[in-house]
Amino acid sequence: MTSLWPRIEPLLAKVAKPARYIGGELGAQTPVDDPGRVAWLLVYPDTYEIGLPNQGLQILYEILNERADSRAERAYAPWTDMEAEMRAAGVPLYSLEGGRPASEFDVIAFNLSAELTYTNVLNLVDLAGLPVRSAQRHGGHPLVVAGGHCAFNPEPLADFVDAFVLGDGEEVVGELSALVASHNSGGGERHELLLELARIPGVYVPALYDAVFEDGRLGRVVPRASGTPSVVEKRVIADLGAWPYPKQQLVPLVEVVHDRLNVEVFRGCTRGCRFCQAGMITRPVRERSSAQVDAMVRSGLERTGYDEVALTSLSSADFSGIGSTVAGIINDPECSGQVSVSLPSLRVDAFTVGLATEIQKVRRTGLTFAPEGGTWRMRQVINKLISEEDLYAAVDGAFAHGWRRVKLYFLIGLPTETDEDVRGIVTLARNCVELGRRHHRGASVTASVGGFVPKPQTPFQWFGQNTTDELRRKVGILKDAARGVRGLNLRWHDPEATTAEGIVSRGDRRVGAVIEHVFRAGGTFQEWSEHFDLTLWTEALEAAGLTLEETVFRHRPEAEVLPWDHLSAGLHRDFLWQDFQEALSGHGLEDCRWTPCYDCGACTGLGVEHVVASAVPPAGGSQGTGQDLTRADAVPVRLLVGDGAGAPVGATATAGAELSR
Amino acid sequence: MKVRFRFAKLGRVRWTSHRDVARMWERALRRGRLPVSYTGGFSPRPQLSFGLALPTGCESVAEYVDASFDAQLDAAELPARLDPHLPDGVSVVAAAPLDDRAPSLQQEVTSCTWDIDVPGISLDVLQAALDRTLGAATLPVHRERKGRRMIDDLRPSVLSLHAATADVAGSRLHAELATRPRGVRPVELAQALGLELGMARRTCQWIERAGSRREPLAASAVSPDPVLGRAS
Repeated sequence: MTSLWPRIEPLLAKVAKPARYIGGELGAQTPVDDPGRVAWLLVYPDTYEIGLPNQGLQILYEILNERADSRAERAYAPWTDMEAEMRAAGVPLYSLEGGRPASEFDVIAFNLSAELTYTNVLNLVDLAGLPVRSAQRHGGHPLVVAGGHCAFNPEPLADFVDAFVLGDGEEVVGELSALVASHNSGGGERHELLLELARIPGVYVPALYDAVFEDGRLGRVVPRASGTPSVVEKRVIADLGAWPYPKQQLVPLVEVVHDRLNVEVFRGCTRGCRFCQAGMITRPVRERSSAQVDAMVRSGLERTGYDEVALTSLSSADFSGIGSTVAGIINDPECSGQVSVSLPSLRVDAFTVGLATEIQKVRRTGLTFAPEGGTWRMRQVINKLISEEDLYAAVDGAFAHGWRRVKLYFLIGLPTETDEDVRGIVTLARNCVELGRRHHRGASVTASVGGFVPKPQTPFQWFGQNTTDELRRKVGILKDAARGVRGLNLRWHDPEATTAEGIVSRGDRRVGAVIEHVFRAGGTFQEWSEHFDLTLWTEALEAAGLTLEETVFRHRPEAEVLPWDHLSAGLHRDFLWQDFQEALSGHGLEDCRWTPCYDCGACTGLGVEHVVASAVPPAGGSQGTGQDLTRADAVPVRLLVGDGAGAPVGATATAGAELSR
Repeated sequence: MKVRFRFAKLGRVRWTSHRDVARMWERALRRGRLPVSYTGGFSPRPQLSFGLALPTGCESVAEYVDASFDAQLDAAELPARLDPHLPDGVSVVAAAPLDDRAPSLQQEVTSCTWDIDVPGISLDVLQAALDRTLGAATLPVHRERKGRRMIDDLRPSVLSLHAATADVAGSRLHAELATRPRGVRPVELAQALGLELGMARRTCQWIERAGSRREPLAASAVSPDPVLGRAS
């Protein structure tokens, strides 16, 4: 095996944070020198600090290294200074473990967690010394595959990635390895390999599908060959308990985000928040047993030496064993009170504050809630059913128990949103500040506001994203309302970045040219504000003959073929449309873990079931036992199709409005 | 009780920062289940006190950390208990009990000696540069402090410079640099010498008082030679 290390090391003295490029993590595997095994290079297309903690990549890394027919190494995107040094010295993308050139691997696999990293994907393929377009690669080149949440609309990357994997990767990576191994020994053509890949359930090979455009819009995406499925269904592991990974979580030498032990307590979520792609595409809910979680926490802390453990999932307070698991960690004499527990994605109610109080005996600095909408009506539309009383009770509880800072997450640009809803964000946050001041003079509340990007495979996939100007106007409303409010910090996401994300999020195959254009113009690291540039994107759109209006801002009618219609996360299209209509009329939907099935399609279509230990919903407020599903007031807004200006405000028709032209 | 550790940092791990090394120690102490004392307050941290920061990219066989423990431990056993929990290239060379009132490393250490590669430069050329540097009355170097460019005179901090042959192409520089009024880094010495220097390895830290000098903890206290072969 070639090691590039002697050529890499001289570059390190010239770059910032050189330890990102040396590997050496606890848990890193020494590469086996066995050409008989399929060699995978797992790549996260952002910096080491962002990519290293990614649990999906770490899970597959272990599974592939445990198998007898495969081995895996890792790579991350070098920061621009290192990339420049590498290109100047002729050093290609390399693996951290063995310092091996990426082009020597059989498979280069990308994790797609954020759309704005796509230009980095192309850049990394290029840095590997490979042609970026699939059509220009041949049998001597590594196979380029991708998976992760963004793979549910793979079309923007269809020209660059040979195969996408939809859904849980635990089982399918083994099937891919076996196929590539037999192909390697048989010496077949690249085209034959692609045909066989497309027969593996959950694998989408875009080169085998024709995207047909009619009158400037996508007409259909159809397989070219028989044996290639017309709809690719995602993969689901039925029992999370059978996959207790990562067993050897990587402990980096340098500080990274989420620098702690992470234990996944369940996968999937049926809270049904309509804006949330993760909650829709990862169904059904599959819990790990409390006993397994406890064992993973104990052995993980012992092995890693971390003093913080996160119990991860999309809503960890919903885990059936949450109370006993948390108590177990806190009261474990081995931890001697030094281990803190964090629960990302806290529900908003008194129960979770109680839980947080118990677990954060140490380091009680900030607590975060995500009401997402500024008014009850808005929260009914998005099905995030948190009553104001619950929010205030939770925030009051937090301040009463010693927290000084509370952070609230909101979205703007949601369907049917009025200026009243936008101002409601500041009203809520201001009331929270007032509650805090009763407990501490220095109490503060941060309202962090993101721009909503409609995501594929969700009820809002048809909704026209707010224009950049409209989002700016709403940010202006927030700034005006928040001016002079002591103790309230307002943060907002750049509306231009939201717009760029929108181009890629629901783009069709034509957006591939846009991504390539931005990459060739030097537009990498678009997730980073110091590198993001909307002009690059609008110029690229123009060059491709596309517009923001067409790609991002317009509402899609029900009948329109969506670029991801030939890919399935298990959810019925008519369920999603119906849920969208319910949303527009301000009507919530229950969590089906504890109520009868409403047939979204995830369980029935995929032949899997929820795995939930508790037969009763968790204690709590409006998001716990008693969801308030009363119909919201008529929405004072009308959704217009194709006017590009987002929802006009102050119109009088009720919602559920006509979305067809 | 307090224990002073001497450790080496060799090989690839030299690219980690001083802060990274502190985190490695915290985790290693927990993984080794050693009863390290914690600070109080909202954000408890293990009570560790490191000496002079080693610049990122430099190796060392003379790094030190003082740790407080809640229990009495046999210091001689500690290197073997900690070593398996530190990353490749970081190894504990010696450990000894420390008086609770002992001054901190930062207060005590007065100078450091360094071995520095000088690639592609012959012994003669290096010697000439050293003579010129040692003969200079002042050695102004630029540095940035809190965003402002400043000029420092390095000369009082350069205690000795010797040229030696190296096994690789080029030569080697042995330097002793004072730590007061502030620690001089090898990269600043390179600036004063007008030479491009290669990898630097800290070989000793010295405490000089009343004309005699000693190391904070001799390497021979436990292990005769730091495990140089282990680093990649």
